[in-house]
Amino acid sequence: MLFYAVNRLALAIAIVVVVIAVLFCMVYVIPGDPVRIALGPLATPEMVASFRAKMGLDQPLLVQFTRFFASVLKGDLGTDILSNRGVATSVFEQMPYTLTLIVSSMLWAVAIGIPLGCYAAIHRGSLFDRIIGVLSVAVIAIPSFVIAVYALLIFAVHLGWFPAIGAGRPGAPFNQLHHLVLPSLAVGLGWVGYLARVVRASMLEVMGENYIRTARAFGLPRRTIVYRYALPIAVLPTITLLGVGIGHMLSGAVFAEIVFARPGVGKLVYDAINARNYPLVSGTVLITTAFYVLATLIADLFVAGLDPRVRANLR
Amino acid sequence: MAPVLSVSNLAVEFSTPYGQLRALRNVSLEVDRGEIVGIVGESGCGKSTLLNAILGLLPANGRIAQGRIVLSGTDLLGLPDWALDGIRGDRMSVVFQDPMTTLNPVLSIGRQMSDILYRLPLTAEDKQVRISQMLKRVGIPDPLQRIGQYPHELSGGMRQRVAIAMSMLVEPELLIADEPTTALDATLEIQIIGLLKDLQRNTGCSILFISHHLGLIAELCDSVAVMYAGEVVEHGSVRDIFHGPAHPYTQRLLECDPARIDEPTSRLPTIPGDVPNLTVIPPGCIFTDRCPRAFAPCPGNRPVTTLVANGHTAACHLLTATPAHDTAAFRP
Amino acid sequence: MSVQISDSAVSSSHGWTSVKRGFADPLGRIGFGLVLLLLVAAIFADVITVYEPTKMLPRDRFQSPSYEHLLGTDQLGRDLFSRMIHGGRVALMVAFPAIGISLALGIFFGLASGYAPKWLDNTLLLLFDAIRSFPTVMLALALATIIGPSLQTVILVVILFSAPAYARIIRTQTLALRSAEFVLASVATGASICRVLGVHVLPNIIGPILILVSMDLPVVITTEAGMSFLGLGVRPPTPSWGSILNDGYAFIRESPWLAVAGGLPIIIATIGFTFLGESLRDAYDPKLGKVS
Repeated sequence: MLFYAVNRLALAIAIVVVVIAVLFCMVYVIPGDPVRIALGPLATPEMVASFRAKMGLDQPLLVQFTRFFASVLKGDLGTDILSNRGVATSVFEQMPYTLTLIVSSMLWAVAIGIPLGCYAAIHRGSLFDRIIGVLSVAVIAIPSFVIAVYALLIFAVHLGWFPAIGAGRPGAPFNQLHHLVLPSLAVGLGWVGYLARVVRASMLEVMGENYIRTARAFGLPRRTIVYRYALPIAVLPTITLLGVGIGHMLSGAVFAEIVFARPGVGKLVYDAINARNYPLVSGTVLITTAFYVLATLIADLFVAGLDPRVRANLR
Repeated sequence: MAPVLSVSNLAVEFSTPYGQLRALRNVSLEVDRGEIVGIVGESGCGKSTLLNAILGLLPANGRIAQGRIVLSGTDLLGLPDWALDGIRGDRMSVVFQDPMTTLNPVLSIGRQMSDILYRLPLTAEDKQVRISQMLKRVGIPDPLQRIGQYPHELSGGMRQRVAIAMSMLVEPELLIADEPTTALDATLEIQIIGLLKDLQRNTGCSILFISHHLGLIAELCDSVAVMYAGEVVEHGSVRDIFHGPAHPYTQRLLECDPARIDEPTSRLPTIPGDVPNLTVIPPGCIFTDRCPRAFAPCPGNRPVTTLVANGHTAACHLLTATPAHDTAAFRP
Repeated sequence: MSVQISDSAVSSSHGWTSVKRGFADPLGRIGFGLVLLLLVAAIFADVITVYEPTKMLPRDRFQSPSYEHLLGTDQLGRDLFSRMIHGGRVALMVAFPAIGISLALGIFFGLASGYAPKWLDNTLLLLFDAIRSFPTVMLALALATIIGPSLQTVILVVILFSAPAYARIIRTQTLALRSAEFVLASVATGASICRVLGVHVLPNIIGPILILVSMDLPVVITTEAGMSFLGLGVRPPTPSWGSILNDGYAFIRESPWLAVAGGLPIIIATIGFTFLGESLRDAYDPKLGKVS
């Protein structure tokens, strides 16, 4: 188990290093003065000069990269052009909002998707099963920003059931939850469909296994078999998926934050792009990617830890 | 005394894309109280289907076309699923063939064994006591430690012992063993068979023992039913069947049994041919094509189950042939 | 978000029979119908629509659907129906070159990786995985920021994300076929590498590629629409479904029809291609749909 964990961690670190390298290289691939590209058109000459010195642009590429890398590790991801604060600070300030959105979207998916998939598997071939089958494919296909705009249009603008803008008053949890419903639904709906499919397929497979046959042969009640014997095994694959899902949900969250004007990393980076605040953009990309890689890593390790068979195989 | 299990004229069909597969046709069988009955036959003879029919675990495309299955006076076929749940794992229990896949991999042994005792109003501690006692009886050392272990921590032989322990734990009237030793090596096989014998002697339960291994049947069972392609072709006491087989299929089975071969040979004898396609049932005897003693009436007429001796029956035209019939071998 | 196809190797050349079987499935037929509708509408855009998508009629802003304007008009008085249909053209103008180039790159790198020595293979794999591990939207934003928004930028982003997926699948197929008997036989009789690849390996890959393309198209369309929605894609006044939807968002209280004109075609396109891709995949090999 330890070996596996170290292996995966090494891979994750390798990926993050590659990402940093790619971000670094992107600036040089584009024709033009790399400093101006990195800092954007709003950079003052003093900023350009200090950046040039800091990066040591007269040095060979490898040296520059090493220094860049070192500063990243120290937590210095550059300075926000406009507010003159550290990029890292700005990003971490906004993270909690985005995380809240992602987690609540996940909750939708888990709370609705898993039961739907389970029910569809048990009543395989029924009308319900077939409807869920079609709906889940449809919902997966439709992009989340389209769902976001339509949710806004129908439920906020026309019906007025939910607020259209913002995250709600700080310190008022119900108000904030109220503001969270539509955005998290927009981000999570696709995953409701996806989880439903995965859980359905997984349940069908598990229900056909010999140990379920044994349970039935000993007359265990249906509910026990479904909920204690089959479902716990069937949902194991979904846990890795949720880890991967965080990355995809990040994309959805960016759009949802923009559409619903919620604070968060997505809105931060979008505003930064429009304001040509390039250090903020690249810093945000770096942090979110690292976060995504970390999430996938944790999900993988979690699954490995849960399933006793995997633990045994890894020993 | 009434038999524990009585199967009468059972017919089971499966709906397949190739047509209706008549897996069991007119199967009748009885298991008396305290008796160990063996079912022997090659793959595809319908042993598993019979087992599933008795347990009520036929797949969705299978149905009972006709017949009765009665367990100590209770008609199993008339029961709804929830009522069958009450009987399965209480009055009858099963030991399946493959110990590696028969237990839930993410629940501990103890958990699975206490789950099947859910009907009993016992405390957790009482159940624990029963479980460890039963584990000890089936020869598992250090039962209290095993209770917390998971199936993958046990060897195949151990897992099968656990399976037997589970089946005995519920104190059934009827224990069905579906080739319990096929997946185990010879040494384990002997131990498991010895264990079953022991347990049966002590508890007096009846056993329906399914196998394709003749030696085991002879060792363990009181009587045996020989199945071929969905029918019971011969039925009698172990002594009668093994010493005086009446049906050509049984005779050939015994001849082909490697344990009976005295001289070294480079080729093992087999019964030539394959099990027939059960979507198209021929009008005559089902064994005709492979029977070394087939003659005139065989391809056209279904043989009737006739009495060979007391308690020994077989379905073969040879038993009902009148002197007027030509008894020379017939080859279509 | 796209439904992932597992990487398991399927070496079989029953590509065309499965295409036919794919159409036996009702969902597949619906998908095919929607896709066809899309293609026809895009190709014959000029014939179907009355108004130019960029023609502004400032006095007729925010009109509701009518006989004149089938979907109404937008904030500048432009006919929404026309913009919607022409938006389809843009979507296809992104999709075809992007997928074409991705496929070419994917085939090249996939074959290279499949036949390369282990160290090169592992390096390429790491590269593929690294790219796949980026949160899509972030990378798209970063690129668009640096290069500047345009149709070409969108195509570049799509290629960057699609090519590794194609390369991976082709690599798996190549590895599987590499040791397949008929390939070994061909090599043994002295066929050149090019011949082996072109005549034996490629035709067997067609099936998975077709499926991957049809599953990838919704992603491509979504990427283009998404980027245009954020103002980082096609430049106005060229109509793109994403930018129309953005207008719909910006003017959501003035008229719901902009959002309909932008969102509806995206829904139709993504659902259509996904249904089609799913039934093709199920017809080709149901196992591919399993989540690994």
